[in-house]
Amino acid sequence: MLQVTPQSPRITVENLSVTYSNARLALYNASCTVEPGTITALVGPNGCGKSTLFKSIMGFLQPSQGKIRVGGYPVQTAQKQQLMAYVPQADEVDWNFPVSVFDVVMMGRYGYMNLLRIPSPKDRRLVMASLERVGMSQVRHRQIGELSGGQRKRAFLARALAQAGKVILLDEPFTGVDVKTEKRMIDLLLQLRDEGHTILLSTHDLASIATFCDRTILLNRTILAEGKTEATFTPENLTMTFGGLPLTSLGSGFQTMERKTGVKS
Amino acid sequence: MTLSSVWQWLIEPLQLDFLVQAIWVSAFVGLVCAVLSCYITLKGWSLMGDAISHAVVPGVVVAYALNIPFAIGAFVFGFGATVAIGYVKSNTRLKEDAVIGVIFTGFFAFGLVLVTKIPSNVDLFHILFGNVLGISQGDILQTLVAGSITLILILLRRKDFLLFSFDPNHAKAIGLNTQVLYYTLLSVMALTIVTALQTAGIILVIAMLVTPGATAYLLTDRFDHMLGISIATSICSCVVGTYLSYHFNTSTGGSIVVLLTLIFVGVMIFAPKYGLLAQHFGRHSQALVDPEQYPDLSV
Repeated sequence: MLQVTPQSPRITVENLSVTYSNARLALYNASCTVEPGTITALVGPNGCGKSTLFKSIMGFLQPSQGKIRVGGYPVQTAQKQQLMAYVPQADEVDWNFPVSVFDVVMMGRYGYMNLLRIPSPKDRRLVMASLERVGMSQVRHRQIGELSGGQRKRAFLARALAQAGKVILLDEPFTGVDVKTEKRMIDLLLQLRDEGHTILLSTHDLASIATFCDRTILLNRTILAEGKTEATFTPENLTMTFGGLPLTSLGSGFQTMERKTGVKS
Repeated sequence: MTLSSVWQWLIEPLQLDFLVQAIWVSAFVGLVCAVLSCYITLKGWSLMGDAISHAVVPGVVVAYALNIPFAIGAFVFGFGATVAIGYVKSNTRLKEDAVIGVIFTGFFAFGLVLVTKIPSNVDLFHILFGNVLGISQGDILQTLVAGSITLILILLRRKDFLLFSFDPNHAKAIGLNTQVLYYTLLSVMALTIVTALQTAGIILVIAMLVTPGATAYLLTDRFDHMLGISIATSICSCVVGTYLSYHFNTSTGGSIVVLLTLIFVGVMIFAPKYGLLAQHFGRHSQALVDPEQYPDLSV
């Protein structure tokens, strides 16, 4: 049933449910597909389960039920094959850590190295090329905390490039990033898509999605709609996602989100 | 007259074999602790280190009672405590600090009860505060073995430990087994504590496991420099502390930790970039607060 193309893997999520240890149900029976070679946006209000779905796809947490396949493989196998790169949210990173930009990007190559993690000339070349591509070669010796917000994002994007994973997941990549950097990152993501990467990103910046995302998945505790952005981005669907339809026991975070998106849309 | 008599006074203890031996042992312990302290500081595991060090007490007593090397008993109980902590944490709704507090005090108290009930020649005072000046040959051997295993393990896995400390999610994303890394790092920590048991004692071992790394962290932004600084401060403190403790007839572990702490305080005040003075006078703080103001050529 699954079509496994070596170039661009597809992500399939089937009947995924995640319950946290405090018995809170974060995701219920979510099924969706991220088509190969597309940029897909995962959209929903705060606390809708975006991060949970992300973490499940990356194998950071164990779903209570459901199945996830990346390029036809279980997540762990896909990771061992270096298929999946992850660009974390800014607040997940300890910016005071004594590592340089170069060190961070080199961490993208660890999966290819032997147990002692001694970089080969090829590793170094790829790291330099990745830094070059995001325009960070000149600041590669800086400690990561000395970077601006946009540079920080690009440093981790460079790590994903160095890892050469065919699937790239970006969690809230445009938070705290100025317009210029956002545009630059979008250009780079479009290039990567054209080179055959499968890209999934979560965002609540509704305005920019239509400009570059091929497909959109609308999420609020479960998948409400998915498909081509033109088709899914209807007022009805957005109202359903953000307007408090099913499973409405949402916290106050949801209400502030509702107001924000009201202004934007 | 004065110069040569001061020299005599300084050099005289170094003719005592047991003191020279104690200095060598504590310098080695200082090296092992300093290497690990960089990871502990960055990972934020100092409370965990404190827990392991207290949890080894029953292991030491049991080992003496069974007539096996103390290092084995101490390691088993130290590592067992971390497994117990991990199990309770993931199976109850308690937060980690509460779990650590319950488990390690439980182990420690159990050790105290054992010491008073099991007839052995274990001196509680020596477990608690160390006794490197009176260390036996067998204990030196155990210290050397435990310390060497620690150093080799860290040397082999240092990049993975660093990645695991910095970004465990990425470690997972590239297919590393983070569970194995977690328990390897914990057992390395337990081994280090076993190494330092005779020198600093379980109460002060945590200082040797945190202070050198913390001091170095205030001085540099590069991990390899941090490692070097940590090792240098730790070995200096151990050598000088052991030496001075003989001269002034003070507690050896206490002297070492006092020196470590004094260096830390000095660094905290005078460090060129992250010191209190530098931050107060703001020479560097602007660069830290607002990187945006620097022209970003490449955007």
